[in-house]
Amino acid sequence: MNNENLTNINKTESKKILQSYITGFILSIILTLVPYILVMDHLLTPLVLVGVILVFAFVQLAVQLLFFLHIRQESKPRLNLVIFLLFFGTILVVVVASVWIMQHLNYNMSLVQFNNVMNYGEGF
Amino acid sequence: MIHHQNHQEAITNDKTIFGFWVYLMTDLLMFGVLFATYSVLHGNIFNGPSGKEIFDLPFALTETIILLTSSFTAGLAIWALRNNNKNQVLLWFGITFLLGLSFLVLELTEFHKLVLEGDSWRRSAFLSSYFSLVSTHGLHITAGLFWMLISLIKVKSQGITPGLARKLTLLSLFWHFLDIVWIFIFTVVYLMGAI
Repeated sequence: MNNENLTNINKTESKKILQSYITGFILSIILTLVPYILVMDHLLTPLVLVGVILVFAFVQLAVQLLFFLHIRQESKPRLNLVIFLLFFGTILVVVVASVWIMQHLNYNMSLVQFNNVMNYGEGF
Repeated sequence: MIHHQNHQEAITNDKTIFGFWVYLMTDLLMFGVLFATYSVLHGNIFNGPSGKEIFDLPFALTETIILLTSSFTAGLAIWALRNNNKNQVLLWFGITFLLGLSFLVLELTEFHKLVLEGDSWRRSAFLSSYFSLVSTHGLHITAGLFWMLISLIKVKSQGITPGLARKLTLLSLFWHFLDIVWIFIFTVVYLMGAI
């Protein structure tokens, strides 16, 4: 555990690090302003707009992971990347499945569904 | 025989940094659950206000830009740290602290306004889930600010020791992580609320 190595880099490494933060910052600003303008000026239809701003959010996530958190620059084994992908997958399942289940539950407990079962032969 | 590592290898091989990264991932999972809750409940406004009525988008954008800039200046602080430049570490973490504090103050004024007009977390399930999600993030920001203040005092008094260098690296990971979570809060809560 040699922490002196955390504070002594050479000039080329220093330049690369600075470049990384500046590029990441500029990209993030753009990726923030574009969805903001799209929403404020209603430049797309609602459903498309939701999809687009979500995509921008995930792209900015990738930008910040790459340029601020340096996730690509790890040397092998890339444990940080592996752990991140594991949790990202888990979170995706937890969030999407929860919302999906609650939507179905909301419908299945509703009077609309009751009516559909009674009068239109809808199955469960 | 001493193997001379570069800083990236030093970071990869450091168990504490890896452990902290795993913690951040579990924190992300917790926020994920809060987001899922918000997604399910954001329509349950119980005759109270909806997001469209209470969210001020230019205000939220201001908060977002401030926090994003603070994440950038935190990065510059780590750049200074890698160059063993004590004064620049103090400068950039100092600026990061001020920006983070501004963000927190703005967020608290937004909460204050909502509570004063009766739209607190007790008003509806929508507002409960909104306050839960956003103030959990705000609590993390507060903890980060305390951590930053103590770190600044340590750097000022004892300079950049190897242990402190590692701790500042952890602090920067934490701060970048909080900005990433806020991107999703801005997108899912404020932007989607306005559509």
